[in-house]
Amino acid sequence: MGIPTAHVATVTPISKSVGAVRIVGAVAIPYPVGQPNETKEKEEILRENIIEKALSALTS
Amino acid sequence: MLSRSEVDDMKVLHYLNPFFSQLGGEEKTNMAPMRIEGAVGPGRLFNSLLKEGQIVATVVCGDNYYAENMDKAREEVLTLIRKESPDIFIAGPAFNAGRYGIACGDLSHAVMRELGIPAVTGLYMENPAVDLYRRELYIVSTGRSAAGMRKDAVKMAAVTDKLLRGEEVGLPEEEGLIPMGKRVNIFCKEKAAARAVSMLIAKLKGEEIKSETPIPVYDIITPAPPVKDLSSATIALLTTGGIVPEGNPDHLPAATAKFYKKYSIEKLSRLESGQFESVHAGYDPVYANINPNRVAPLDILRIKEQKGEIKKLYPYLVTTTGNSTSVADATRMGKEIAKELLAAGVDAAIMTST
Repeated sequence: MGIPTAHVATVTPISKSVGAVRIVGAVAIPYPVGQPNETKEKEEILRENIIEKALSALTS
Repeated sequence: MLSRSEVDDMKVLHYLNPFFSQLGGEEKTNMAPMRIEGAVGPGRLFNSLLKEGQIVATVVCGDNYYAENMDKAREEVLTLIRKESPDIFIAGPAFNAGRYGIACGDLSHAVMRELGIPAVTGLYMENPAVDLYRRELYIVSTGRSAAGMRKDAVKMAAVTDKLLRGEEVGLPEEEGLIPMGKRVNIFCKEKAAARAVSMLIAKLKGEEIKSETPIPVYDIITPAPPVKDLSSATIALLTTGGIVPEGNPDHLPAATAKFYKKYSIEKLSRLESGQFESVHAGYDPVYANINPNRVAPLDILRIKEQKGEIKKLYPYLVTTTGNSTSVADATRMGKEIAKELLAAGVDAAIMTST
């Protein structure tokens, strides 16, 4: 038995093809939970949004 | 049946990434699609090998640009390809490069579907694109790196020439293709019942037998049950982005990692630039080095813990480099990590990948 894991990744089809079921789309390859083009505040809100999706995926 | 164009060789359209077209490395990975006249890089090798056609133009697109905007990028590349009215499409070869392989596979499939012309690409067996596209495409099975370019190009050119001549492509073993999983009916001298009995007798004798149809091996992964209550759960943060303490004290490799490490984050509320860095050679580390939380989001998870939304954050960052990691090594590491986390009372994990 494993551990429920949320995978935050950009190329989600790869994640699917190896059997992951809790997949959350990332922003981009060099910054999956970042956004260097935004202000620090906006970037942190974006990061929080993705983490919340990941946490939510863990409960379903 | 492809009809011969009256004047010249058939027209081949080649797709490459910026590295192979000698336009640049990782810094060009966000490059939008562009067209180059004639053949470049490995395209020149193809032109020297092809008997039935010549590469008339090359389309180049950055791997990140394609992977991060697939629908948009696909349309843009197809628009460039349509203008050339090619008879056939060659992509790559991409060897083990994941993003590049996905672009080659996706485009080859799109070209067949939307332009109605055949496509040939080349990928290493473990490229993630293989599992996604093998059923639809002629994928030549290449070596792991461009070191084997010449012999892989020979195989790709041979398949391309056959398709241009309208000839039937042979069995995967004959052509050096990755098996597409298709069943081919052939006539045999012996009836099936007789062949089956011969095979059984051989097997009982301990001799080697070759199954006429491969028995599929399904890797069915049963998902672990969900977390019932996050506020009483211990969550672990994992990354394949190669985030390590500055200086990489344990020498986590930039690629083909066979191990993972755990680094204490117990006293940290975020990963600080200058204290953590990325050693993964498959993406531009500049953004992660300025703010490692962009890859391993300790800052947000720590806030969630402080607010009580999760009970506890596992006190270690589990990290490895997911760059050309072999499937065997990745599977083994995954099992080892799961075992460790379960023993430590971890309820769930969030893993980020680049």
